Amino acid sequence: MQKGLVMTGNIRLQELAVNESGFVFDPHTGLTYTANETARYVIEQLKAGSNIENIVEGVKAEFDADGRDVYRHVLEFIHNLQEQGLSSLEAPGE
Amino acid sequence: MSRKPYEKPMLVKHQLGMLNKYGSVPSVEPMLSIDGVAVAELLEKYGSPLFVFSEQSIVDKTEELNEAFKLRYPKTTVAWSYKTNYLDAVCKVFHREGSWAEVVSEFEYDKAIHNGVPGSRIIFNGPLKPADALEKAFRNKSIVNLDNFDELQTAEEVAEKIGEDVSIGIRVNLGTSATPPWGRFGFNLDNGQARDAVRRLLAGGKLSLNGLHCHLGTFIQQPEAYQEQTAKLSHFANWLREEHSIILDYIDVGGGIASCNTLHTQYLPGSQTTPPLSRFAEAVSSGLSELTCQPDDYPTLFLETGRALIDDAGYILTSVIANKRLPDGQRSVVIDAGVNILFTAFWYKHEIVPAQAVSGTPEQAIIHGPLCMNIDVIRPSLLFPPVEVGDKLVIKSVGAYNVTQWMQFITYRPAVVMISTSGDDAIIRRAEDLSTITDMEEVPGWLQD
Repeated sequence: MQKGLVMTGNIRLQELAVNESGFVFDPHTGLTYTANETARYVIEQLKAGSNIENIVEGVKAEFDADGRDVYRHVLEFIHNLQEQGLSSLEAPGE
Repeated sequence: MSRKPYEKPMLVKHQLGMLNKYGSVPSVEPMLSIDGVAVAELLEKYGSPLFVFSEQSIVDKTEELNEAFKLRYPKTTVAWSYKTNYLDAVCKVFHREGSWAEVVSEFEYDKAIHNGVPGSRIIFNGPLKPADALEKAFRNKSIVNLDNFDELQTAEEVAEKIGEDVSIGIRVNLGTSATPPWGRFGFNLDNGQARDAVRRLLAGGKLSLNGLHCHLGTFIQQPEAYQEQTAKLSHFANWLREEHSIILDYIDVGGGIASCNTLHTQYLPGSQTTPPLSRFAEAVSSGLSELTCQPDDYPTLFLETGRALIDDAGYILTSVIANKRLPDGQRSVVIDAGVNILFTAFWYKHEIVPAQAVSGTPEQAIIHGPLCMNIDVIRPSLLFPPVEVGDKLVIKSVGAYNVTQWMQFITYRPAVVMISTSGDDAIIRRAEDLSTITDMEEVPGWLQD
């Protein structure tokens, strides 16, 4: 069982179409978005089922985020996905 | 392997209307310096937040106003509206550039004298002119525009007391098709009250009438309103000459011309909707062409333009103190400048830009001030790039009314700096500290240790 917060009920997230330039299309609603490179990385990781701790470590390895509060930024980003109805977030066992 | 540059992860929904026939959403261009002085340097030197005034901007705008009006009506004189910004240094720039002083209280009158303005170059308006203040103004040969019948009687008593010939102007109010009613001040021209005031003044025999004053309103973006105003004032002046043989020394059209700020109710930015000063000059001169007096008898035109001259010269430099996500998902950026020093945030969508290079996808944000008050909102909604704690921002066009209507509330009021036409910076009002507040207070004996 994974530790920490994990994404669940991710059907819409899994179906998001994300291209290399950051254009995002949600086939369920027809809405479109712009994602920056960090957001694209986080979405990929979420689709792959990574938990937040692993995503944060991955971001720090991939990007020059020294001195930045990456955990908070990733958490805020995931809440943003929730607010847009694109995912839900739960702690295991809850 | 080198890592990629980091940006906070952002997903921004595309919105309809971002690009339409009126153009695209304006981009946020950083402002790194003011008149050649780096914003970061100013904040380092004087602290954050900080008011900054550009002397060059005041000089340029005053010159533009004078040129626009004198080209069309040579007998024009500009009087600086003290209530718009009465910091001594600001007033002194206007006076050096040839502006008289326009004041609306005894305090402002004394401040103009303190700034070296001769009494004869002060225009004294406003509804509060106690007898002592009137006496001072009459003895100094200032221009005084009376507001109501009671003040007329007081003025007569003062004139009798000092035993000199005293000339006064009367303030009138009137309707135009382009401005909302502004009838609180002066005698109404449209219903005949202004003519009654003249008859009453002449019957008293203690004062003579030498001018008319009329202030149409505030943030007026319609030049045609001034054409209607000056046409009505001209007709009244013609009547005064024909009926009472009164030849006026001046017609004072007040202030009210809009700056390039954007009201909350406006869709398009003020920079697109506020006409240039030349169009107001055209309107005023067109209205004054209704005067039927001899060329030598044309009255002086007084302008009391305030915000249109000083708004763009003022900036607030401020720092980001927090980024927040509100319960409804909205992004909030908290800065260290609040509505207590930026009163005009209640009226305007002030332009706010970063003072350093930015990257990342812009997202709608609320810009909150630092006060522990829910109303402390500097911009309710603004498409803004990502910023971090400590980043510096510039709030533009804050020169009018803020440093006269600001409040000492919860925090100290910050320092005010002027950048000279040669690019030097200097304090023109010190930042407050605890002693600023406590020096005014007294603790009664029974509460002292």
